[in-house]
Amino acid sequence: MEVFKVLNPGLFTTIQDMGRYGYEHQGVPTSGAADEFSFKIANILLENPENCPALEITMMGPHLEALNKTFISVTGAQIPVYLNGNLVPNWSVIPVKKGDTITFGQLKSGCRAYLAVKGGFEGDFKMGSFSTYTRGNIGGYMGRRLLKDDILKAKETNIECKLVKVRDEYIPKYPSFMEVRVILGPQDDYFEKEMIDKFLSSEYTISKDSDRMGLRLEGPEIKAKKHDIITDGLVPGAVQVPANGKPIVMLKDAQTTGGYVKIATLISPDLDRLAQLKPGDRIKFKAVTVEEAHKILAQTEEKIRIIKETAVPLNYYNIKVKGKEYFSIVEVL
Amino acid sequence: MYEKPKILPEGDKAVLVEFGNEISEECNDKVMALYGFLKEKNIKGIISLVPTYRSLLIKYEPLTIPYKEITSKIENMLSSIDKSSYKNAKVIEIPVVYGDEFGPDLEFVASYNKLTPEEVIEIHTKPLYRIYMLGFTMGFAYLGGMSEKIATPRLERPREKIPAGSVGIADKQTGIYPIESPGGWRLIGQTPVKIYDPKNERPILLEAGNYLKFVRIAKEEFYKIREEVNNGKFNVKTYDYAN
Repeated sequence: MEVFKVLNPGLFTTIQDMGRYGYEHQGVPTSGAADEFSFKIANILLENPENCPALEITMMGPHLEALNKTFISVTGAQIPVYLNGNLVPNWSVIPVKKGDTITFGQLKSGCRAYLAVKGGFEGDFKMGSFSTYTRGNIGGYMGRRLLKDDILKAKETNIECKLVKVRDEYIPKYPSFMEVRVILGPQDDYFEKEMIDKFLSSEYTISKDSDRMGLRLEGPEIKAKKHDIITDGLVPGAVQVPANGKPIVMLKDAQTTGGYVKIATLISPDLDRLAQLKPGDRIKFKAVTVEEAHKILAQTEEKIRIIKETAVPLNYYNIKVKGKEYFSIVEVL
Repeated sequence: MYEKPKILPEGDKAVLVEFGNEISEECNDKVMALYGFLKEKNIKGIISLVPTYRSLLIKYEPLTIPYKEITSKIENMLSSIDKSSYKNAKVIEIPVVYGDEFGPDLEFVASYNKLTPEEVIEIHTKPLYRIYMLGFTMGFAYLGGMSEKIATPRLERPREKIPAGSVGIADKQTGIYPIESPGGWRLIGQTPVKIYDPKNERPILLEAGNYLKFVRIAKEEFYKIREEVNNGKFNVKTYDYAN
């Protein structure tokens, strides 16, 4: 079913799911939503399976025209969403009729938003995933970012959907400075203790040379005994330190192997938050153990369950008062 | 090689099993053996495996398989791995047209090593190259076994655009560019075969643990094979690797 015509594609909008696993041994990056937490909630709100393909929006949102009745949700970065010019809430289900337009305002905080549709978007399914990997020209919408006049399709479903919104207290905030937790290694033994201490006590700024492949950092230089290693496996979240001493945090489009020494690796819940940082934002690293990381991961899963159960019912009305039409949204308490 | 392999966490969802800090067949044999073993066992919670020269990266879902369980399973396997996965290794033949516009650096590689272009081709097509690992980009194979007689340093200034299928030499390494990309390798030839083809059901041709043989073809054959490749009618020649 055709759901949207792209009137304006935004800055860099791609179709993503949770990623492409099982082909890394052939050099295929996992790709997938940079912020999995927001991605999952976007689907959960619509009662979709968690892994339904959704749009990942970067900094500037697209303008879409609805070609059929459907429901959407927008999570992640705080970016105002307008339905026919009326502001509608993020982190909520939004009913859409044929002919409606969806537009976005100026980004307030965060970097990446997720627009999910009831039933999930259709796209190229390659090597077990719908995720777009633009460098390899695969997945999503013809292996590329969206362009003007693209027609987006969704899986045909019997469309009905409960109107709900995530409780305000569970909506993440994306400050421009955050502490992210890492597990040291796998090559922390390439660094003297003072260098590890320097890495964990310094502040780093996200450089403008950052994309879905990785975030380059500016800040105190970290020197290793040796910066090159025999190429081995790389995961998103790995912090590589090349010879210039400036750390690079790998994101979802990271290559599968790398030849620079890895001082530490971000824990996955914090990689989601990191993906919401923009050039100029700052971070600080904090070391945790594997056991602590797994506790945090379990807590994050629990949080997702609570969000699902405590969503607030919502109603959208077009009210006519003295001949004039008003749009209003009512939260059912 | 280490006396005892290191099992190191790489974040909260992966462990790295490191067998040594060297590029050698012996070390890679161990990697491939554990890789084969884990693939065969198909353990619930293990999501994917990335074998490299000297290590195996194991991605797992910690809420399905706890860290302690995965590391103890690996420990157990390490005590019982053998070279079993190598018995099934295959040889894949890659047709290559050498020189001229297909390999603009063939002459340089020859004169740098005080050889004739014919000798370079002969030396390059002789070995069975071991595919140690794939990585860096989709479908890029790290090959071992090139003769040092044709080793040549990289270009000082990388080319901006190298066609997919280009076969090159960089120092003691040889390889094939899977996609059009910039690069600094000395180009000696080109294959009409698609090493990476997003339209194919199996987009990536090569697998770590197998062997590759370059086979020299003439220009006319290059165009003929390329047409067959485009029509989906070409199959690369493969056969069992005899130990």
